[in-house]
Amino acid sequence: MNKIVYTEDHEYINAQGTTATIGISNYAQEQLGDIVYVELPAVGTSFKKGDEIAVVESVKAASEIYAPADFTVTEINPALEADPAQVNSDAMGAGWLMKGTLENASQLEELMDETAYATHIA
Amino acid sequence: MIETASPQKTALFDLHVAQGGRMVDFAGYELPVQFSGIVAEHEHTRTQASLFDVSHMGQITVSGDDDLTTLSALEAIFPGNLKNLKPGGMRYTVLLNENGGIEDDLIVTRPADGQAAKGTIFIVVNAARKHHDLAVMQLELGGQLSFELHEEKSLLALQGPMAATVLSNLCDAPLKLSFMQSMPANIKGIACQVSRCGYTGEDGFELSVASGTAAKLAQVLYEDERVQPAGLGARDSLRLEAGLCLYGHDMNDEIDPVSANILFAIGKQRRTDGGFVGDDAILSLIKQGVKNTRVGIVFEGRMPVREGAQIINNEGKQIGTITSGTFGPTFGAPIAMGYVPAAMADIGTPISALVRGKSVTGRVTQLPFVPQNYARKPGI
Repeated sequence: MNKIVYTEDHEYINAQGTTATIGISNYAQEQLGDIVYVELPAVGTSFKKGDEIAVVESVKAASEIYAPADFTVTEINPALEADPAQVNSDAMGAGWLMKGTLENASQLEELMDETAYATHIA
Repeated sequence: MIETASPQKTALFDLHVAQGGRMVDFAGYELPVQFSGIVAEHEHTRTQASLFDVSHMGQITVSGDDDLTTLSALEAIFPGNLKNLKPGGMRYTVLLNENGGIEDDLIVTRPADGQAAKGTIFIVVNAARKHHDLAVMQLELGGQLSFELHEEKSLLALQGPMAATVLSNLCDAPLKLSFMQSMPANIKGIACQVSRCGYTGEDGFELSVASGTAAKLAQVLYEDERVQPAGLGARDSLRLEAGLCLYGHDMNDEIDPVSANILFAIGKQRRTDGGFVGDDAILSLIKQGVKNTRVGIVFEGRMPVREGAQIINNEGKQIGTITSGTFGPTFGAPIAMGYVPAAMADIGTPISALVRGKSVTGRVTQLPFVPQNYARKPGI
């Protein structure tokens, strides 16, 4: 059973147990506009919640993406190097940024579910 | 100088909001940074025609005894060759300080015959500098000329390869004007001044109009389906691809026009004769050469190298700075402009810059990045 939760800074975690897919929300990609470059970390890197994990760049600006929870990177989205605009076209799907193993799945409880996030961006 | 706390609205504000513009505070004005998206607007401007609201820019009228007297007097503060401007002619030049630093860049227009009172000259300056420029002009030339800043006028820029075709259905200006020429026009009963110029690298026109009729004029232009709104974001990426400097970024009051590589802002004869504020500094720079100069750089990969990034040498020591940079939507790669030691300005010279602590490699590249598409003769 997948669980999707969001941070106040608009990252999401789509988690199944301790296996997590991390990206930015559809709202975030709309705000950033046309994404032209995504800088992703090396596989194997471990992050603490709040660490900078990626940089998403639009024509206009570079935006830092932060770790929604403690995790270790197991995979980065290989499609984004050639086609970073996938983050715009399908932020919650094909435009995922990285996958990882959560250190502490209970941290997800601190984040917002779909309903709470919808209120947050309203 | 009085700066109001809340940004001003232009005459097109309601229209921008209705068209879905994302409004931001820019130089004291609420302006759209984008509508459908920067890349889409950028591409539309390169292939069709886009309408930009540039009403924030300063429109100044200078009055003197006759055109030549006014232009001659202005040459004391502007290094451009203004005296040889024909009626309806326009010239890009700069306002300098005593050290040769650029206080602003601007366009001087001599009205077409009969368009304005004898001795009237128009100047368009940058939004953030207009009160400053006005004060400098009044201080330097207030005894001979009078200056008026027209806050009641709006300025619309119609830019793109279809701009001339679109406008030719509304007035004859495209058939009469070539690049950097200006004339009065009447578009469906709306009086305006049409100038064939712009800052996107494309053919296009700027329309100066009374703010009361500006929204109506925009609506008339939007009746042509080829015209779409574009915002500040696309304006910035377009001008960068066209190799054009943005004041406050690629030039400022500590950068001179010789280093900035905009010598064309200084009249040929005036580069030896002087006779303008800052001439000592400029003439000696022309003679002795500059230490650093503005170049275009294309970087490898896809990562944008932006304003403020350090340009470094092999030892990692800073030798220059990026002053504008993004991923060029039409060019299809990261492009930037920046200042490097003059010895590194040759086309093809390898350049390294630091982005988030990592070094990226590029090469000095010919400007503009995307060929300029100006109308060298009248027509569509």
